[in-house]
Amino acid sequence: MSEKQPAVTQATLVKKAAPKSDYKPADVSPQRRVQRSFAVRLWSVRHSRLLEWFYSRFADAFLLLHPLWKGIGYGRVEAPIKFVEKRVKGFMFDCRMCGQCVLSSTGMSCPMNCPKQLRNGPCGGVRANGNCEVEPDMPCVWVKAWEGSRNMVHGDKILDVQKPVDQSLRETSAWLRVTAQAAAAREAAQKPQNNGASA
Amino acid sequence: MIARQLDENPAGIHLPLDPLPGHSSRGRLERVLRRGEFAVTTELNPPDSADPEDVYNRAKIFDGWVDAINAVDASGANCHMSSVGICALLTRMGYAPIMQIACRDRNRIAIQGDVLGGAAMGVANMLCLTGDGVQAGDQPGAKPVFDLDCMSLLETCRIMRDNGKFLSGRKLTTPPQIFLGAAINPFAPPYDFRPHRLGKKIAAGAQFVQSQYCFDVPMFRTYMQKVRDLGYHEKCFILCGVGPLASAKTAKWIRSNVPGIHIPDAVIKRLEGAQDQKKEGKQLCIDIINEVKEIPGVSGVHVMAYRQEEYVAEIVDESGVLKGRQPWKREIRRDDQLVANRLDHILHDEITETQVDMVKTAH
Repeated sequence: MSEKQPAVTQATLVKKAAPKSDYKPADVSPQRRVQRSFAVRLWSVRHSRLLEWFYSRFADAFLLLHPLWKGIGYGRVEAPIKFVEKRVKGFMFDCRMCGQCVLSSTGMSCPMNCPKQLRNGPCGGVRANGNCEVEPDMPCVWVKAWEGSRNMVHGDKILDVQKPVDQSLRETSAWLRVTAQAAAAREAAQKPQNNGASA
Repeated sequence: MIARQLDENPAGIHLPLDPLPGHSSRGRLERVLRRGEFAVTTELNPPDSADPEDVYNRAKIFDGWVDAINAVDASGANCHMSSVGICALLTRMGYAPIMQIACRDRNRIAIQGDVLGGAAMGVANMLCLTGDGVQAGDQPGAKPVFDLDCMSLLETCRIMRDNGKFLSGRKLTTPPQIFLGAAINPFAPPYDFRPHRLGKKIAAGAQFVQSQYCFDVPMFRTYMQKVRDLGYHEKCFILCGVGPLASAKTAKWIRSNVPGIHIPDAVIKRLEGAQDQKKEGKQLCIDIINEVKEIPGVSGVHVMAYRQEEYVAEIVDESGVLKGRQPWKREIRRDDQLVANRLDHILHDEITETQVDMVKTAH
């Protein structure tokens, strides 16, 4: 059997056969059309150590405010907090609001920006220059994540296996969820101690 | 009388083998690897047809040369016969397929169903992949699913097998008995993360891994050194991916068009300098096999000879990796012979029995 590889890829043939029109959108994935520049995202990765430090202070502050959130009602504060979270994280990390933020485990590089939305490391298609297989001009999210994680104190969290994304949590606030969970964990930790003291 | 082959169920070739202690599947590939033999796997070029003969013919040329056959799941995002379909056909004939599952096309509901279905058909090995992006294939307008990634897919399969549960926690009445595989690519950046990623895959459930095409042996050696330092070669079987290049032109085309395949300039130069490039490509593949089989921690090779499948036997033979061992081959068994002797005449004699005749002879 003679080995005849086509000179062009199948994808190119398909693209060429598409009907011609004057409107030619940018030749990138729909996901990429939402966000054109990577400057801020890459800044965040370069300053992952600073952001890690800031994030842990920020999480503590949020946890301190737990009685306030609880007083007002988590359901009621969700809309304004989500509004702020979406814009801040959207600007800093090109956040996709998956609602289950793993930035601290991924070197401050949001894994949802990967066209395959991988949450456990790079696929095998990374180009030799470190760019994405799907978006040739985008630096691979996971190459950046590995670089970012090397600057961080708890950077080895990148080696933990992440659970699949729970799609039902999309467009919810990860900040409030983490705070509520941390508060619940703190209460659970305190309870047995109280029991021990009273007994 | 023909002696029964090693690793074959005496009651029928399509039946699973007896369970062995410490084995998670009832397949041949796991037995070969756990015995410490150098395993050879290959890839079946999936047909674009609905004819089962196409699958059987393509599998037949591997007979007696490979331990397992990968049934690819729309590789390169090009549409072909599904891996589940190919596995259904192959298991019927007694082959040991490795069912590839890509996360690109199906969500977790479909994938978990396919794992159960595949295991029920007798598929003993499953290879969990992320899958190429849809932009690479013949249907770039398709919706990329990527509901799970290869790591969470591995974990899902492991939970189904070991805990007998779906991802949701719902119980399975019979868990699938499968040998779990994954893919590695030591030839793509970030290079220093790659060995750790193998560790992640092992933690998620990988028991064997097949690598991307290896054309750069020094690079693979460095990777394996790191893997050995981390001790991962003892926790999982590593199969190195190899394959013949048809010509220097193909090599260049692959290098610039197929994501994730690293071909050094020296390889292309060697091919360009050869009289018969195809022969040289085959020789190069054999040379690479001979080099990687000496690397400690390599348990086998995965020969991917896309559209050159007829070379697999020659490559395996000339590299001598089997060391005289013969992998399973479809052979006529004693009872097949008996049936053939007794009933051969019905194939050749013109017997036209009508119901009226049958009634007459019955009385």
